[in-house]
Amino acid sequence: MAKTENQNPAAQKKVTKKVTKKVAKKSLGQPELKFGGWQYASAPEGTDHVAIEDRYGLFINGEFVRPKSGKYFATINPATEKKISEVAQANGKDVDRAVQAANKALPGWRKLSGDDRARYLFRIARILLERAREFAVLETLDNGKPIKETRDVDVPLAAQHFFYHAGWADKLGLLFPGELPEPVGVVGQIIPWNFPLLMAAWKIAPALAAGNTVVIKPAETSPLTALRLCEVFAQAELPAGVVNVITGDGATGQALVRHPDLNKVAFTGSTDVGKEIQKAVAGRKVDLTLELGGKAAHLVFEDAALDQAVEGVVRGIFFNQGHVCCAGSRLLVQESVHDLFVRKLQRRMARIRVGDPLDKNTDMGAIHSAEQLQRIQGLVQAGVDEGAVLFQAKAALPKKGFWFAPSMFTGVTQSHRVAREEIFGPVLSVSTFRTPEEAVVKANDTSYGLSAGIWTDKGARILWLASRMRAGVVWNNTFNRFDAASPFGGYQESGFGREGGRQGLRAYVKLRSGLLPG
Amino acid sequence: MSGSLSPTEFRVPPVDAVALETRCADLATRSIKKAAKVQGLKLAIAMMDLTTLEGMDSPGKVRQLCQKAMRPLPSRPDLPSCAAVCVYPDLVKIAANAVAGSGVQVASVATGFPAGRTDRRTKLREVELAVKAGASEIDMVIDRGAFLSGRYGVVYDEVCAVKEACGEAHLKVILETGELKTYDNVRRASRIAILGGADFIKTSTGKVSPASTRPVVLLMLEAVRDHYLETGKMVGVKAAGGIRSAKDALRYLVLVAETCGDAWLTPEWFRFGASSLLNDVLMQLEKQRTGSYQRSTDFSTD
Repeated sequence: MAKTENQNPAAQKKVTKKVTKKVAKKSLGQPELKFGGWQYASAPEGTDHVAIEDRYGLFINGEFVRPKSGKYFATINPATEKKISEVAQANGKDVDRAVQAANKALPGWRKLSGDDRARYLFRIARILLERAREFAVLETLDNGKPIKETRDVDVPLAAQHFFYHAGWADKLGLLFPGELPEPVGVVGQIIPWNFPLLMAAWKIAPALAAGNTVVIKPAETSPLTALRLCEVFAQAELPAGVVNVITGDGATGQALVRHPDLNKVAFTGSTDVGKEIQKAVAGRKVDLTLELGGKAAHLVFEDAALDQAVEGVVRGIFFNQGHVCCAGSRLLVQESVHDLFVRKLQRRMARIRVGDPLDKNTDMGAIHSAEQLQRIQGLVQAGVDEGAVLFQAKAALPKKGFWFAPSMFTGVTQSHRVAREEIFGPVLSVSTFRTPEEAVVKANDTSYGLSAGIWTDKGARILWLASRMRAGVVWNNTFNRFDAASPFGGYQESGFGREGGRQGLRAYVKLRSGLLPG
Repeated sequence: MSGSLSPTEFRVPPVDAVALETRCADLATRSIKKAAKVQGLKLAIAMMDLTTLEGMDSPGKVRQLCQKAMRPLPSRPDLPSCAAVCVYPDLVKIAANAVAGSGVQVASVATGFPAGRTDRRTKLREVELAVKAGASEIDMVIDRGAFLSGRYGVVYDEVCAVKEACGEAHLKVILETGELKTYDNVRRASRIAILGGADFIKTSTGKVSPASTRPVVLLMLEAVRDHYLETGKMVGVKAAGGIRSAKDALRYLVLVAETCGDAWLTPEWFRFGASSLLNDVLMQLEKQRTGSYQRSTDFSTD
């Protein structure tokens, strides 16, 4: 190209670019890409439209009430460590009050026609979408995850679960032909802090569709969107007592699962707590479903669409800061493309924008709590001590709040702690395989079994592998895709029971055989 | 020349369409505001090949276009001029005279644009004449007939021959992705063009729908990025056709910024081929400056 006298600044820059390019060639250095010349101005989502009260009570029998315990505790913004609000600490008496309210509401709710219950669920879904921006911002404030995710994933997917289950409410008979589905009764639900609103929707929507009433306890560190959901219930004129929300810590959860009037317990959270709950309900006439931890493997074959596999692996482990039970925390890559793939990953990881979760351009937000940060740091230290090679993306982390840069271990063996224990953070462990058989053995070498990802261009290999994976969800050439119609759940220490889809509804009905509906 | 490269050289990694489009959609949510927006829009002007490729083009129309390319908005001397004007071969001389000394380049389509269905000798002669008339950039089309029938060597050889005929002029190779249909084809055609000596790979003629799409451009950016990382040699990318809004242009720039990085964020390595885009960019820049939208009649129609 003839030299230009273009008066734009970029034109001048290119002169220096040319020089550096030549120098780079002469110095025999590997060609490398440079980034950061075009800085995006900060684009924070506004928070003015989200009114937050100083203090929230318990939502029992259709209204917010003060806790009998008289105690409250603070919930903070993980990105700033600033207190957002206070929520009630429910004690045994509060739990009892909530369960009684659910019990009282049960006969009326289960007697409604499926069509009528569907109307309430539709209404909830629509109101949730109307207030989507408010929910997204509140979730980001309370949880630390980026607004991009709450806006594009958490809130729409939560609404989808209400829409989806509204559709089933009057068609339960079709789901279980020849049998009469009846509600289980009063359901106690405990949900984790990683998807506070979405988990509430996953649990509440099928329960209500099938005619159950609910007492739900959100995680103590992220209770605000579940409490705001109560406003939606009130707006939708859901009958009092059908859903009760009690906040509190582990003691509240214990009181809930031990309550004698529960007919079913549904829990999502850590494997350790899941086992405690299993003990607590043992010997009682209480149904139980558990959705617990995971240590999912990606299998990347040499014939895979590597650039897209990189995106999938990044989505698999850095989505929601890795606070995902089905996170793809282990990467098994075919030896022949290991070096190339790791280099591609490193370059891509350097492009992840870590920072203010409210900024629309942020890809990865804050670690949810000081406690979780400590756990991640501890396990990463263990990885280093055991001799795995750590790569961390250079990210300018804010001073306040809880932060951890996107991280990757290479040279990981099956016995490394980072390959066996759930880190629940943005840390990927990479090892290699040579044959499909070896890939299967390594992928299944875990006490969990929630999800897996297969990356190959060969259709036959996908089918061969999928049938051999001991995992509840196997994604092919994609990862961390969720849909209300798709059942989700695990093998082994990842729990039992499914959520979503027809299979998810099964856990919320009792079937009476030999009776025809109607 | 034929058979100068073994077919294995044209082997390319597979492309997963769903994941490619997902990545594109994800990057489309980048929020480009304030200073970043102004910087991006100015860059878009500097990267623009202002184009007129109509049967009814006239010398007057081309001169008008050249004037606009040199000074997009007379009241804003702070704005850069466009990278080039892009015209048919018979109007190259007029364009070259009009932009002489301004730094704006003259690009000419050639090789039987837009279908490319003429004899190789005719194509090469057309290129030579366009260069002789003053074109410093040649936008050729690949032989899609040969490509789609799997005769990749023919496509490669033709790119090599045209490159040679270009002499000092820069060669942009139009893949016409709207006719290639699959992402795998786009990735392969990109590789063939790069190996053949393209200085730029370009999406479309603008005569086939769809013209430029963001997933296609992301894929082409990945191709030039990988080539650079393998060989140290840079190749440019030109997104042409169908890009009409400033917002869309910024989304393309985000693809460049997050795939190839700073080195490609210059008119030397990334271009837009467009005609109506410029006025929307100007309107957005004026909106940023004044705080309100101007009438469309405040910007000249060319």
